[in-house]
Amino acid sequence: MSEHIILPIGPQHPLLKEPVHFKFTLDGEQIVDVDIRLGYNHRGIEKAAEERTYIQDLYMIERICGICSHVHATNFVQATEGVLKTEVPPRALYLRVVVGELERIHSHLLWLGVAGHEIGFDTLFQVVWRDREIVQDLLELITGNRVNYGMNTIGGVRKDMNPAEIEETLKGLKVLEERTNYYAQVVQADSTFIARVSGVGPLPKELAISSCACGPTARGSGVDYDVRRDLPYAAYNEIPFQVITSDRGDVLGRALVRVGETIEAIRIIRYALEHLPAGPIAVRVPRKVPVGEYFSRYEAPRGEAILYLRGNGTEKPDRVKVRAPTLANLVSIRHTLLNQQLADIPIIVAAIDPCLSCTDRVVLLQQVGAREGEILHWAELRRISLRQHVLAKKL
Amino acid sequence: MNALWLIFQVLVFPGFLFLAVCALVLQWLDRKLYARFQNRVGPPFIQPLADLIKLFSKETIVPKNAEQGLFRNLPYFSFAAVVTSFLSIPIYTANAVISYPGDLVIIAYLLTIPTLVMALAGWSSCTAYSIIGGIRTLSQLFAYEVPFVLALLTPALLLGTWNIAEISQRLPAFLIANPFYFIPVILAFLVGVISLQGKLERKPFDIPDAETEIVAGPFTEYSGRLFGIFRLSLDMEFVVGASLLASVFLGGATSFFGIPAILSYLIKTLFIVFMLAYVKSAVARIRIDQMIRFGWRVLAPLSLLGMLLVVIFNKGGLL
Repeated sequence: MSEHIILPIGPQHPLLKEPVHFKFTLDGEQIVDVDIRLGYNHRGIEKAAEERTYIQDLYMIERICGICSHVHATNFVQATEGVLKTEVPPRALYLRVVVGELERIHSHLLWLGVAGHEIGFDTLFQVVWRDREIVQDLLELITGNRVNYGMNTIGGVRKDMNPAEIEETLKGLKVLEERTNYYAQVVQADSTFIARVSGVGPLPKELAISSCACGPTARGSGVDYDVRRDLPYAAYNEIPFQVITSDRGDVLGRALVRVGETIEAIRIIRYALEHLPAGPIAVRVPRKVPVGEYFSRYEAPRGEAILYLRGNGTEKPDRVKVRAPTLANLVSIRHTLLNQQLADIPIIVAAIDPCLSCTDRVVLLQQVGAREGEILHWAELRRISLRQHVLAKKL
Repeated sequence: MNALWLIFQVLVFPGFLFLAVCALVLQWLDRKLYARFQNRVGPPFIQPLADLIKLFSKETIVPKNAEQGLFRNLPYFSFAAVVTSFLSIPIYTANAVISYPGDLVIIAYLLTIPTLVMALAGWSSCTAYSIIGGIRTLSQLFAYEVPFVLALLTPALLLGTWNIAEISQRLPAFLIANPFYFIPVILAFLVGVISLQGKLERKPFDIPDAETEIVAGPFTEYSGRLFGIFRLSLDMEFVVGASLLASVFLGGATSFFGIPAILSYLIKTLFIVFMLAYVKSAVARIRIDQMIRFGWRVLAPLSLLGMLLVVIFNKGGLL
């Protein structure tokens, strides 16, 4: 064992954009063991959601993630509308699809750039992110914001699209399609790119299923599952589209799925804009949500995002529970890292497109055999904190 | 007078000061070209100098468990080796400042020192990232060094001399008189450019300081003035490497004197820099095992083939 090097990566490291800790045990350049630690970025949003009204929660939950903000917001309004049994107007559902798919394009292009950077292909990174600006501009045109769009509201959407905006969007999509087709060609043909991703980070289909992988990570291993098709929400049951899968099961497979989904997303938006139903964009809903629960699922760019909501008849939810796709995919990451090269760590970790601020949980570490922790009640906690405060003042 | 002139040559032109200015300008050019290839704006002209001044004015931190003596002194070794090697390259006359039979081999040796120093720097820092960087630096050395030296020896074998100034004077005329020899020389030139990319640890061979894997490799613990000297010596190595190829393969400052010679030398060196920047922006970083395989299966056989062709042509009486 003495010849093994322990290489800590994170919580601060150029590889990571967000804090997480990996402890690698290396034999030369080969990885023999990995230990993953979460919990550096827990923000307590689920608890905070219980303290606020539904409409306040909507804007807070939209800020769970900086990339897939529409995902969590849509999940939340879907769950609330589910408890309220609201009939959402079809035009609003189509507009949610349009923004959701634009977001998928921007997320996947962002991923392709990051993947390029992780394997040292900075030209790909710079050029892809330049073209990603097109979709960011379109989102700003449609919703008024580049990142947290604030498009959803309970009972519909907040902003309509006029014919000029639709035309502008279709024009932007044309350029995007051309560029994305070119990147699809690069991903399949560039020899140094292929050399770095082909056969790297293998995840067999059985393992993908047993480790509960979702989204492009699972579809890159040949798992044919997509919430949009299998449990359609919004307007997806009316829009024809293909679910992209790859049987490769390596990082290249995941890259191909993402590029394929980007092209597919462009087609979905085009169809939705051409078949946009007329009518209102929102209905009024009561402020108080009755007793009841709802389980909303959404195919986020990174995989399936889940939101559970329980109403208790007041203006505030009783319980909100979010499971971001990264939490599901993190389990598979250990399998994909074992017996790989040190140089492949960045691209393998990046291949699940981790978003840790969405996924982070409180982790309680307890030594084996340690005595049971005591349970403190609210009053007791308050008394301790007041005492500490007084002590601190005296100092 | 003679001694003063020599000191001027060593310290000012074409020695240290000229080399330092070249290093900063070429670093800027390299970064600018790289940026333009990526559709970015790129740094302003003064950026490399500003970076250097910033590094020199910052606090130098030496880790507690590092080898103190080695850690502090290593940058100067790399610096000295690079500055010395530059003196054997002809710049404003057909002859270099210090020219002697066999200086080609000495330069090849001197240019290896920065690599060894980097590996030692990684080891003496005593942290995981820098040690892995040091190991990678050494493993990579074995992949590119042999093809690089063999590529340089092809023209030497062709002309029967080991002197850089003599090679750069005689090679163009010789090639025009005997066009057959273009094949091995171009082959050796391409091998030389690619293995120089490895020697300078630039993409796709920037494996020892791959930032997304091991932060800054051997330099992870270096800061302030010590890091500044390292950076400057690596930039100088970039200039020396490019001008070495320009002198050996493209004729360098040949058959001119004064300003035309300097221009001829600069244009050829810039051409090499352009090629290096182009390669850098067109590829992804490869893995160390792929690098070594590439070095021994592609570069080394190609450079051997070049030498073999020279031997066959020489013996075959095609002269």
